[in-house]
Amino acid sequence: MSRTILICSGKGGVGKTTLTANLGIALARQGSSTAVLDADFGLRNLDLLLGLENRIVYTAQEVLAESCRLEQALVRHKQEPNLSLLPAGNPRMLEWLTPDDMQKIVGLLEDRFDFVLIDCPAGIEDGFKNAAAASKEAIVVTTPEVSAVRDADRVIGLLQTRAIEPIQLVLNRVRPRMMANQEMLAVSDVTDILALPLLGLVVEDEQVIVSTNRGEPLTLNGSRSPAGLAYNNVARRLRGEEVPIVDPSKEPQGMRAKLSRLMQTKIF
Amino acid sequence: MTLRDLIDKLLGRQAASASTARQRLQLVLAHDRSDLNPELLEQMRREILEVVSRYVEIDLDEGDVSLETEDRVTALVANLPIKRARTTPLPASAAPA
Ligand SMILES: Nc1ncnc2c1ncn2[C@@H]1O[C@H](COP(=O)(O)OP(=O)(O)OP(=O)(O)O)[C@@H](O)[C@H]1O
Ligand SMILES: [Mg+2]
Repeated sequence: MSRTILICSGKGGVGKTTLTANLGIALARQGSSTAVLDADFGLRNLDLLLGLENRIVYTAQEVLAESCRLEQALVRHKQEPNLSLLPAGNPRMLEWLTPDDMQKIVGLLEDRFDFVLIDCPAGIEDGFKNAAAASKEAIVVTTPEVSAVRDADRVIGLLQTRAIEPIQLVLNRVRPRMMANQEMLAVSDVTDILALPLLGLVVEDEQVIVSTNRGEPLTLNGSRSPAGLAYNNVARRLRGEEVPIVDPSKEPQGMRAKLSRLMQTKIF
Repeated sequence: MTLRDLIDKLLGRQAASASTARQRLQLVLAHDRSDLNPELLEQMRREILEVVSRYVEIDLDEGDVSLETEDRVTALVANLPIKRARTTPLPASAAPA
């Protein structure tokens, strides 16, 4: 049974594409054959993050038009052949693509892969609706900021009316020190407000930018960077492994941290 | 409220921004989720008070109708202190607003 997972957020720029690329590679490395589908036809980027931008010949558009076979459009990752990308077509696809088209593409992928990850565009308009129509599960990505959480809440409501299940949360760009000082929403604030199970917690990490520059996801080379480990753990949890989530704002960091933990104690 | 919030309050300092963020989010989401704008909510509040006060005398100053959210479920919560019950309900038009 193949699992099709929508990676969405509502708000733009919170880390959907970065998660899709890293999770795709991590799942593949852990032994699951995985396809990543770029459903952000307007502003495609997944190819770039995976370092596959120069190897695209055909896209989802030609597959739909039946002017090529799926195998011809899929770009297989050289270092991680268990991962393939189905690139987004021309931005004008936005004008005519329907939920049925999306289901057709995803149906083809589901026949061949264990995991199909769909990189969703920001917003809650047609691009989102098409991608959601083809998905069974969802990962909602948010950052601990009011606007991102509010938009995530909107998206969760829409996913629930579509009976997408389970919907899990990845909290990205966490800054442990700000959180410990209570200048950033706590992990529990976000999970309580959104009432979703937490699938992963990714800290703000410069290595994300370095890896994006190179077109080599952190999970590709077994990076021990905090974000790389976090993405790997998300993949392991998706594959059913029990991996505890550590809240980095609660990790021991000496006197200062102890004091700030004391200050976070709920008194009423 | 956390210990830090309490100390901030005692010292007259601005509260840490996380708790402000939490409170603002809870409010805005209660409205987003119910899709009721504040005007509609106010109108509904007035009408609920009207209907209730036809049957019981309520303390209009203390009466409160609001949206509360917990675990993604938003509830309409009415807190209407009753002064005394009426033996016969007032006609719909005669209700004190
Ligand atoms: N954990 C992180 N640490 C540091 N930078 C990050 C992290 N996650 C994402 N970023 C950066 O944030 C930016 C946005 O990331 P990304 O493109 O993945 O977001 P997106 O949600 O796909 O955006 P869009 O809505 O435009 O598709 C990128 O520059 C990326 O490098
Ligand atoms: Mg993106």
